[in-house]
Amino acid sequence: MMMVVGNGNLRVDLKLIADMVEPGSRVLDVGCGEGALLDWLGKTKNVDGRGIELSMAGVSAAVSHGLSVIQGDADTDLKDYPSGAFDYVILSQTLQATYEPKTVLSHMLRIGRRAIVSFPNFGHWRVRMHLLFRGAMPVTDTLAYEWFDTPNIHFCTIRDFLSLCRGLGITVERSIPLDREGKVLPLPSCDGIANLFADQGLFVLSRAAQ
Amino acid sequence: MTVSDPVSESSSAAPDRKVELGRDRPIRLDCGVEIGPITVAYQTYGRLNADKSNAILICHALTGDHYVADPHPITGKPGWWSELVGPGRLFDTDRYFLICSNVLGGCMGTTGPMEINPATGQPWGLGFPVITIGDMVQVQARLIDHLGIGQLFCVVGGSMGGMQVLEWAQSYPDRVFSAIPIAAAARHSAQNIAFHEVGRQAIVADPDWCDGNYLLEGKRPHRGLAVARMAAHITYLSEPALHQKFGRNLQNREAVAYGFDADFQVESYLRHQGSTFVDRFDANSYLYITRAMDYFDLAAENGGVLANAFRGTRTRFCVVSFTSDWLFPTAESRAVVHALNAVAANVSFVEIRSDKGHDAFLLDEPEFHATLTGFLNGAAAHRGLPGRGGASQ
Repeated sequence: MMMVVGNGNLRVDLKLIADMVEPGSRVLDVGCGEGALLDWLGKTKNVDGRGIELSMAGVSAAVSHGLSVIQGDADTDLKDYPSGAFDYVILSQTLQATYEPKTVLSHMLRIGRRAIVSFPNFGHWRVRMHLLFRGAMPVTDTLAYEWFDTPNIHFCTIRDFLSLCRGLGITVERSIPLDREGKVLPLPSCDGIANLFADQGLFVLSRAAQ
Repeated sequence: MTVSDPVSESSSAAPDRKVELGRDRPIRLDCGVEIGPITVAYQTYGRLNADKSNAILICHALTGDHYVADPHPITGKPGWWSELVGPGRLFDTDRYFLICSNVLGGCMGTTGPMEINPATGQPWGLGFPVITIGDMVQVQARLIDHLGIGQLFCVVGGSMGGMQVLEWAQSYPDRVFSAIPIAAAARHSAQNIAFHEVGRQAIVADPDWCDGNYLLEGKRPHRGLAVARMAAHITYLSEPALHQKFGRNLQNREAVAYGFDADFQVESYLRHQGSTFVDRFDANSYLYITRAMDYFDLAAENGGVLANAFRGTRTRFCVVSFTSDWLFPTAESRAVVHALNAVAANVSFVEIRSDKGHDAFLLDEPEFHATLTGFLNGAAAHRGLPGRGGASQ
């Protein structure tokens, strides 16, 4: 069981996300797995948390642990929620597996005041080298699947993602480059450099000021 | 008349309880008829705590009754959820006060078509007003009033019991802290109504039904009711479960007999289901209760928008469905979940993998039970109820 609570064993990137959430806020975790982040947020930050998870095993484990999680997925279930229902909508390592990332992102920022999104960066130099020199789809630590069995159907680079945000009028409040373990990379704040050296990108987004 | 103080009752083998309700204030039914006083038969398990915050109302299904964890007085079989009720069990009688009442229109002690109409001195028969799920819940609410309970910690039930749970959440949102509709739906589908109609037609086609007056005539429409049960029983199972259990196996014979005796085991099984059912169920009750389910449509009651049924709700929901349930398929539960999401309600939803069909909610399904236990524990912590073994959470 992965529900290790209150002893700092939360996965590194989830801990980073958890630290961004204000105490007492309303959180929707999309693709919440067994609910480790929700559990941690509920117990340490008194957060009113809800989750959506695709896998039956994940949902069952989360609900059996007393968390409010529904079986569903980002593509089909976000449209039902009313606007402004949450302070944060979190999508960790899931955007690249959705059918319609653009719609998902739009819904996240409709439902939530802020969205926290992380994804594997397809622009990382190792990925670029893999494609350039081997001529084959990259298989790395953060992209650990062969092309034929990957759930990741919409890869993007950090640059692609920022461009989509601009197109949707989304404000990027924070942009954090992460290494393959989810730790913050001490890089200069330049999107081009992050796009080359970050294994993953973590972003805090909000709706553009009216 | 009232019963002895329910609060003092802690035995799991509680005596059958009956209470008269609606003498001063009749119950106004959805059909417009006022009824009262009526009798409600119910059972309780566990002990109501001092601030009356640990009560769980269990709602039974179409042919269920209030003998949740007691031997059935007619069949002698264990109660339908007896495995789940008791000290340290899912419905922990050390922590919760459980209530289950026979529904209005039922035939196990609560006022229904089999009981005597005080106005005529004869059985109600078809003179009994047509009832709805809303009417059943209204009567349950009167019982909860009678027990002195303001808010129920949880309302739980499967199938028609799940419909009652949804009705409770809609009609009495402040009285329901948490709600668990299992293998249920916010409306009865055309297919469900169709199956019920087959059952009703089987009953009324039986000459012994006597236009509903069989009690006065000293007869019972056993053949019709048995056929109704046989048809319904198929809908409670899944095709794989039936196949696994019976296949095309023959009943006590080496070859087919070229006749219409029960050649196949599945025929023999269904005939047994039908013939045992008639001993414990009243045919007119079957007509009335199936009708109540057919009429159930929570969205229609709310301007066609199901979400309106739950607007502003603070109830914590746990919706459960089963993969092989084709009578109340997962899509129906998902519609409820979507409506609850639309009002940002606190909802959990689990589809349990099972090959046992609709009846899975009555059977040994460890993942289902783990889900309910976890949800109840989480809800108890939020309600400030002690955890298992009395530890505060």
